[in-house]
Amino acid sequence: MVDSSVVLYGQTIAYTLYVIVILLVMAWFSYQITRGGGKNIVKPALFYSFVGFLVVLGITLHIATHETIPWKPIDLNRDKIKADKVFDISIKDHRFRLPADTLRIKTGEIAHFRVTSDDLTYGFGLFRKDNSMVFQMQVVPGHMNDVMWEFVRPEVLTIRSTEYSGWKSDKMVLKDVVVIK
Amino acid sequence: MNFYKTFIDGEQGLFKPITLTPMQKLTLRFVVVGLVYYLFAVVEGMLMRVHLTAPGAVMDDKQFFAIMTAHPLVGIFGSSYTIVFGAFLFLVPFLMKKPLWSFKMANWTLWLIAIGTFVFWFAGFLSHYSPLYTLYWPLPADFTQFSVWGGTFFILGIALVMVGTFLFVINIFKTIAYNPEGHAKQPKGVLASALGFRRLKKADGSYYVSTPVAAIARGTVDTVLNAGIITFTGVLILIYMIAAILGHDLKHSAIDALLYKNWFWWGLDLIADGLVLIFVAGTWYLLATLITGKNIFMEKWARIALFVEMIASWFVWSHHLMSDQAQPQFLKIFSGEMLTIIELITQGLAFFIVLATLWQARPLKMSNPLKFLLGGLLGFALAVPAGIMQADLGLNRILHNTQWIVGPHVHVAVLIGLTMTLYSAIYLLFPILTNGAKLYSQKLANFHFWAHLLGGIGMGAFMGMAGLQGMLRRVVYHNGEFDLYMILAALAGSLLLLAFLAFFYNIVMSVGLRGVLGIFSPSGLDKDRLLPEEK
Repeated sequence: MVDSSVVLYGQTIAYTLYVIVILLVMAWFSYQITRGGGKNIVKPALFYSFVGFLVVLGITLHIATHETIPWKPIDLNRDKIKADKVFDISIKDHRFRLPADTLRIKTGEIAHFRVTSDDLTYGFGLFRKDNSMVFQMQVVPGHMNDVMWEFVRPEVLTIRSTEYSGWKSDKMVLKDVVVIK
Repeated sequence: MNFYKTFIDGEQGLFKPITLTPMQKLTLRFVVVGLVYYLFAVVEGMLMRVHLTAPGAVMDDKQFFAIMTAHPLVGIFGSSYTIVFGAFLFLVPFLMKKPLWSFKMANWTLWLIAIGTFVFWFAGFLSHYSPLYTLYWPLPADFTQFSVWGGTFFILGIALVMVGTFLFVINIFKTIAYNPEGHAKQPKGVLASALGFRRLKKADGSYYVSTPVAAIARGTVDTVLNAGIITFTGVLILIYMIAAILGHDLKHSAIDALLYKNWFWWGLDLIADGLVLIFVAGTWYLLATLITGKNIFMEKWARIALFVEMIASWFVWSHHLMSDQAQPQFLKIFSGEMLTIIELITQGLAFFIVLATLWQARPLKMSNPLKFLLGGLLGFALAVPAGIMQADLGLNRILHNTQWIVGPHVHVAVLIGLTMTLYSAIYLLFPILTNGAKLYSQKLANFHFWAHLLGGIGMGAFMGMAGLQGMLRRVVYHNGEFDLYMILAALAGSLLLLAFLAFFYNIVMSVGLRGVLGIFSPSGLDKDRLLPEEK
């Protein structure tokens, strides 16, 4: 099952390959424009093909992520999905208030995190022990901020604010408070 | 010529400030002020890199976040705006072959931005006012954390910058539209043509308003809209500040935080996804035509892309709010994902057109303007796709507010894409603005190029790697969680500093200390003349 670490790994590979290709193309181009000879004409057909390629690339990216990243359709349809667990969390004075000391979830369950802020704009994110991110969202005061997530493997996660809310925001970390079994 | 004499009089004593017109001097003053603030931003950036590697070694967290608040604003307003505005206030009259509408107003623009930048930077430095440039409500009005007086002066500094920006906008539009005495009368609709609402051509079939001027006009539309939003928001925050000073505590809940976030990002995004892309594309076209002496490849499409980019920039702000779950889904998908694709297309199109223009003119000499132009093109080729990836609902969930956003996207776009384009323009305009001064050292220019390119890409790459491992932006990690990446990013960042110092030294040695000071003395020549040989 795909989780965020798999997606991030895939993104790293894809973007790294792209960077290597574009660096090589620009190096080749920079060398070639200093040399004479050969054809100097650029056909309009090449230009139109490139524009078409960009259009297809841009649209394909979003379709591909919709079909391969599991949390994207869940997020778009979360008002129609019944969660297995609901956690109401509030934040005030740079402190999280959880419904229990530890939030316990089983693998395969869909959890619904409903987070509100009583003062500032914060963030809400879950992180693994190696500090990699599972997910995050913004927490805007005066609004319900909710995210639905299906956990696919057992792990212990840390909650931390993912948005700056003054220099105290660095301390907004609740270590190992989400347990996936 | 010995070192001392070169340092005082410049390379071969060729630069003579007394020969400069007021417009040349004014443009050079803009550039000098912009470069000084660029140095500010780079030094601040390095201090932050040190803090991220060794928290507490050079400052505490409060100072760190105060610098983090000022750093992008000094970079954007103090440096980029100043250099770009100065260049455009010279280039629009230069390309349209008529004087600037108001020399006095251009002077006001320079000093309002220069002083305003210093005021907000100094207010933040002293008071540690640090709501960051995003100003998420109600943080800028949270006086339990921040000094109300520090914040007041911070906002007043920004206000001065905005007034200078409004004056720039008026000057640019008036210069395009007006008919100066002693010049051939313009046809009607020149400004509409510059903005893309009318096609106005000369008898030979060429556009009446050149494509670079059209780009400047269209980017200036986003500049004024952005200035309007920032001014409105500043006034709103100032009301809370004045109330607090007078002893009244206004309710933060009177303002909807999400609505506020939408309008503020609508305005902010007009810089990142509007005027920067349009101004940069226009500058690329100008540089490509000046370097090659040829017309722009597929010029009609270049102009269409500039127009589409201007319109698209008004509708894509929601890609900054994809992690805001209360944001309507329609806006996330339509504005955030779908319309943002247009930016990939328009910027990709500009990239292709510039490369094709260069290709059709080969063989070309690898001059300083050309190599920095290629660097600028590479920067956006790296940064725009990174931005498109994060403007996806699925990927944004695991990228938002990580170092990925600010590394491979923001810093590569600004440092490699934008700054190398500006350097290209500076190297190209240097002999024009100095009446033929000679560059002191080509070796230093080469070092400047490679150190800046490798430093910028390296820093962006290591920040990006940290981001993909979960490192957040705007967070100080005190337990060395991401030390390896931060040390590598700091080393790459130090290359950027060395690159700038080499460039700065090269320029000072080219024009000499007497030349630098001479730029700031009054010119005895006619204000309406751009260059001394003009009649």
